[in-house]
Amino acid sequence: MATFKSLHDCVAENLSDGDVAAFEGFTHLIPHAAGHEAIRQGRKDLTLIRMTPDVIYDQMIGMGLVKKVIFSYAGNPGVGLLRRMRDAIENGWPRAIETVEHSHAAMANAYEAGASGLPCAIFRGYRGAELARVNPDIKSVTCPFTGEELAAIPAHRPDVAFIHAQKASRRGDVLIEGIIGVQKEVALAAKRVVVTVEEVVEDFDGIHPNLCVLPHWTVTAIAVVPGGAHPSYTHGYYARDNAAYLEWDRISADRELFTAWMKANVLEVGPDVFAERVKDL
Amino acid sequence: MATPDFTPNEMMTIAAARALKNDDVCFVGIGAPSAACNVARLTHAPDITLIYESGTIGTRPDVLPLSIGDGELCETALTTVSVPEMFRYWLQGGRISIGFLGAAQLDRFGNINTTVIGPYDKPKVRLPGGGGAPEIATSCQEVFITLKQAKRSMVEKIDFYTSFGHGEGGDHRRRLGITTKGPTRLITDLAIWLPDPETKEFTVVSLHPGVSRDMVQETCGWTVRFAESLEETPPPTELELGTLRDLQARTEKAHGGSKTKSAAPAGASAGA
Repeated sequence: MATFKSLHDCVAENLSDGDVAAFEGFTHLIPHAAGHEAIRQGRKDLTLIRMTPDVIYDQMIGMGLVKKVIFSYAGNPGVGLLRRMRDAIENGWPRAIETVEHSHAAMANAYEAGASGLPCAIFRGYRGAELARVNPDIKSVTCPFTGEELAAIPAHRPDVAFIHAQKASRRGDVLIEGIIGVQKEVALAAKRVVVTVEEVVEDFDGIHPNLCVLPHWTVTAIAVVPGGAHPSYTHGYYARDNAAYLEWDRISADRELFTAWMKANVLEVGPDVFAERVKDL
Repeated sequence: MATPDFTPNEMMTIAAARALKNDDVCFVGIGAPSAACNVARLTHAPDITLIYESGTIGTRPDVLPLSIGDGELCETALTTVSVPEMFRYWLQGGRISIGFLGAAQLDRFGNINTTVIGPYDKPKVRLPGGGGAPEIATSCQEVFITLKQAKRSMVEKIDFYTSFGHGEGGDHRRRLGITTKGPTRLITDLAIWLPDPETKEFTVVSLHPGVSRDMVQETCGWTVRFAESLEETPPPTELELGTLRDLQARTEKAHGGSKTKSAAPAGASAGA
C-alpha cells in the first residue's frame, strides 16, 4: 500500500547498503532527485540495474556508491561517453566496478520477465554478437515446437525500483504518460517501489483511461518532488534540459570539478532545488 | 544553377537520406542517421515512418533530438509504445525495413563495434555499448551504416562484435540462422559502398564529388575494392542542402544555451 513520505524517508526506508536497485527512466522521467538522495545518504555497495545508465548513474558511480552495474548502453545520449563510469572501469576511481552488459532488447525482456514472475526471459537476440561470450548470464534455449535456438537471460528482480511519474492520486495510484520506457515493468519486477511525482491530485477521474497506471497496492512509497527528473524531463511539465547534458560532459571530465559540483549541487542541497531548476524549462 | 559548396559530412548525410524510400519503416540511430532520416522525410520521402528505440513510432521532429527520447519525438509521433513492446512486437516482430546504424569500428563485412577498444576485460577505451544495435542488426530487413572515414574506425579486424554484419562474409549470416539481409549499404563522407553479392565485402561503387580513390584508401584500414564502373555521387541539391542546414540550425538553437540552474563550483562556469 503506497504511503506518502518525504524523499529522505522514502530512500532511508527502502534502499540499504548492498541492495540491487534500479533507478529507471528511458531518457524521460529519470528519477534524479531520488538518486541524489541516495548519494546524500551515503549508500554503499549497490548493484545498479538500468538500460541507459546516464548522468545519474555517472554521479552515483563517481561518488563511490556502486559495486556493480547491469546495463545495455552506458553513454550520455547524443553527447558522448559517461566519463565517471569509464574512470571507474578503466582506472578503478573512486573504486573498481563490475559490469554485466546486455543489449536493450535483453534488458527490456528481463524487466518484463521480472514483472511476469518468470525466472528468465526468452527472445531472438544476440545472434552473431560477442556479448554472449563475455556475459555468462546470456544462455540459449531451444524452442520445443520449432527447434529454433533463442537467447535466454535471467529476469530482473531488483530489491527496489525508483521511478519518477507525472501524478499520484491521494490514494497512491500512479499515472505515467509520454515515453513510458520500462517504468511499469521495473516497478512490477521489484520487491519495493518508490515513486517520485510532480504532483498529487484527488483522483484520475476524467483523465484518459489508458494512461499507464500503477495501482496504489503495487507501490511502496511516494514522495512529491516537483522537477524531480531534471535534467531529464516530465512530459506535460517541463522539457529535457539538453544543455545540462552537454554541460555534464565538461563537468564529469575532471575528477576535481566533478567532486566540487557534487558537493555544491547534491551534498549541500535538498530535493527542493529541483523545482527551482525546472522553473524556466 | 551553380552547385552549392558543401562539406564531406553534409554529402554523407544527404547521400544517406537519398537511400531511404517513402514507404520505408526505419529504426533510427542518433547522430548522422537521425539527420539523414529527417532530411529524407523533409525532402523526397514525406511519408517515411521513423521509429526511435524510446518507443516513438511515426515521429516527425522539427529539430533533431539530442537523445533517442527527447520530448519532441513523442509529441510529434503517431503513437508511443513501451520499450519492451518496441523491441518485441515491432523490431523482433519483423515490422521494420531499415535499421540505420553508426559505428566506432567497422570492418569490410559490415560488422560493428561500439563496445570497447582493446580487450573487453581491460579496455583501452570503454565505449557506450550496444544499446538496441545487436538486435537492430539482425531483426531489421536491411541495415544501412554511416561512418566518417578514418583508419582507426575502418579496421581490418574490429576489437569486439557488438552488432553482427556479414561475419566472415559469404553466407555467414544464413549459417547462424539469421534470415534478414544485414548491411546492404555503407555511406561514408567520401563514398558509397555496397556489399559484393557473393563475398559480402563492402565495395566502393560511387565516389563523392572531388574524392579520389587514393583519398578513400588512405582513410581506410583495409585494402579497398572499387567497382569496375565507379560512379560519382551527384552533389547535394540546393533543396537538400538547405533542408539539412535549416534542420541543424533549428537544432543548434534548441539545444544550445544552458538553462541549468545548478550552482557553479568555485572556478567553474557550470550554468553559464
